[in-house]
Amino acid sequence: MQLTNRSKQVSNKEMTLAEKMYLPAVVGGLAITLRHFFRKKVTIQYPEVKRYLGPIYRGHHVLKRDEQGRERCTACGLCAVACPAEAISMVAAERKKGEENLYREEKYAAVYEINMLRCIFCGLCEEACPKQAVYLRHDRMVPVFQERDEVIYGKDRLVEKMDDRYIRVNNSEVKATPTEPSLTRAAT
Amino acid sequence: MELPVLIVKGLIILVIFGITLLIATYSTYAERKVAAFLQDRIGPNRAGPWGLLQPIADAGKMFFKEDFIPAQASKWLFILGPCLAMLTALMSSAVIPFSDSIRFAWDKINYDIPVQGIEINIGVLYIFGVVSLGVYGIMVGGWASNNKFSLLGAIRAASQNISYEIALGLSLITILMMTGSLSLRAIIDEQATFFEWNIFTQPLGFVIFLTCAFAECNRTPFDLPECETELVGGYHTEYSSMKLGFYLFAEYINMFVSSAFISALYFGGFHYPFMSLVNEALENSMGAVTGHNIATLICFVVFFAKIFFFIFFFMWVRWTLPRFRYDQLMNLGWKTFIPLSILNVVITGAGLLYDFKYATWLIAIVMIVLAVTSTSRAPKRETIAQGTV
Repeated sequence: MQLTNRSKQVSNKEMTLAEKMYLPAVVGGLAITLRHFFRKKVTIQYPEVKRYLGPIYRGHHVLKRDEQGRERCTACGLCAVACPAEAISMVAAERKKGEENLYREEKYAAVYEINMLRCIFCGLCEEACPKQAVYLRHDRMVPVFQERDEVIYGKDRLVEKMDDRYIRVNNSEVKATPTEPSLTRAAT
Repeated sequence: MELPVLIVKGLIILVIFGITLLIATYSTYAERKVAAFLQDRIGPNRAGPWGLLQPIADAGKMFFKEDFIPAQASKWLFILGPCLAMLTALMSSAVIPFSDSIRFAWDKINYDIPVQGIEINIGVLYIFGVVSLGVYGIMVGGWASNNKFSLLGAIRAASQNISYEIALGLSLITILMMTGSLSLRAIIDEQATFFEWNIFTQPLGFVIFLTCAFAECNRTPFDLPECETELVGGYHTEYSSMKLGFYLFAEYINMFVSSAFISALYFGGFHYPFMSLVNEALENSMGAVTGHNIATLICFVVFFAKIFFFIFFFMWVRWTLPRFRYDQLMNLGWKTFIPLSILNVVITGAGLLYDFKYATWLIAIVMIVLAVTSTSRAPKRETIAQGTV
């Protein structure tokens, strides 16, 4: 069976004098490496230059707001149940009068925490969420942390900012992940 | 010796010493850059612009590592090993003439001070002596570590250096025969015209010498003493901190010195084509003192360009060729290089007898013809059908 056409035949034949002198082979090798010396380098200078990782990359978590800026999360806890790493915890609360512009439904998450040391970025919370509230952004990563108390991300760092809204690029070729429902037909 | 002569001489020695250390330091940086470029990478570029402060960062790291001496090691010899390696490496650059001479006037007398640590009439012999002492650094260190891998590495280094020193010496003898002097300056002055550079008169000797220099410096493809895949770290397995740093540093100094030695012996040292014309023009237009000094400076730059090329060549080869097997190494040294260099000596002698300098091209031509005919007459490689083996 032939897998590639690059395979070379090996033989135990005795080497000719030219081969025993090594020099032609050495010069050939030096020429190859010298060609690589002037070749374009493939390195990407990581912290300064970031590579596009595709529309389905699972990065930083985001708690979405709807088109009126109300939080979508109703603290049902399905994401916490789905989470294999048990990284998510939340405290539910009832919406008071006058808070209708803050929370979309009567129940909301007063505390919503993700432990980033536990999170394995599997995206199961995203799939479990019935309200399209939690997403893993494709365009941003969780930054490196140095201290343990930086590790637990609360709502202050998870809820989407109104001036920095997250829209996943709608790529028709990507079918594996739920696509962002357009903001005009937000689910009830 | 008068005081100004002494001062200038001391300055020259200090400068040579400093340059040796500086080049060895930046060779580590260059090695990593060259390795990276040959492998389509960029290499160190974080410490300072283009990573130029990397050697300093490395040295800082080395200094702050734990300086560990194994309990069973022979303590004083363990410390002596890297010191010997460093000492011998630094000593060998003393006799290399880096340029022509510095001229200055004092009490209406013109002094010419050669740009060289010391001019002795046995320069080549001195370098050989010091270089063969270098193996003691490795040997003592490897033995004193009281570690099987270190000892094996040290034994390999010793036997390899001894084997290749013979071929190294024999390939050099032809140059000594043609020059009639052991002084490096005399050898360089002999190569004043371009086509009398020893690379043109001794092509075979050059190839043998270059290969043996690789073996003497323990550089790939002959870096068996520190062969990681077999011997953990070779002779410096047990070393840490600046003692390890000394060993690694000594290797780069050796590389610098052998590059200088090769360019002095085979590539005319500080000579370049039309040098005498340039020197004359400079002395006529700018005066005997300034003109001469500027000419010396140009010579210095030319010599260092040659040295840098060879340092690059050392690195280039390192990142191209895989390591030899030990029996292949010994076969190459004893069965190929020694007979070839003896033949080289004989042919050169015959050439001198009939006053023909380029006699050794005969061997080269015969070898090329033999190689070509043997290749063309060799049966085609029999192809083994896949699946049958």
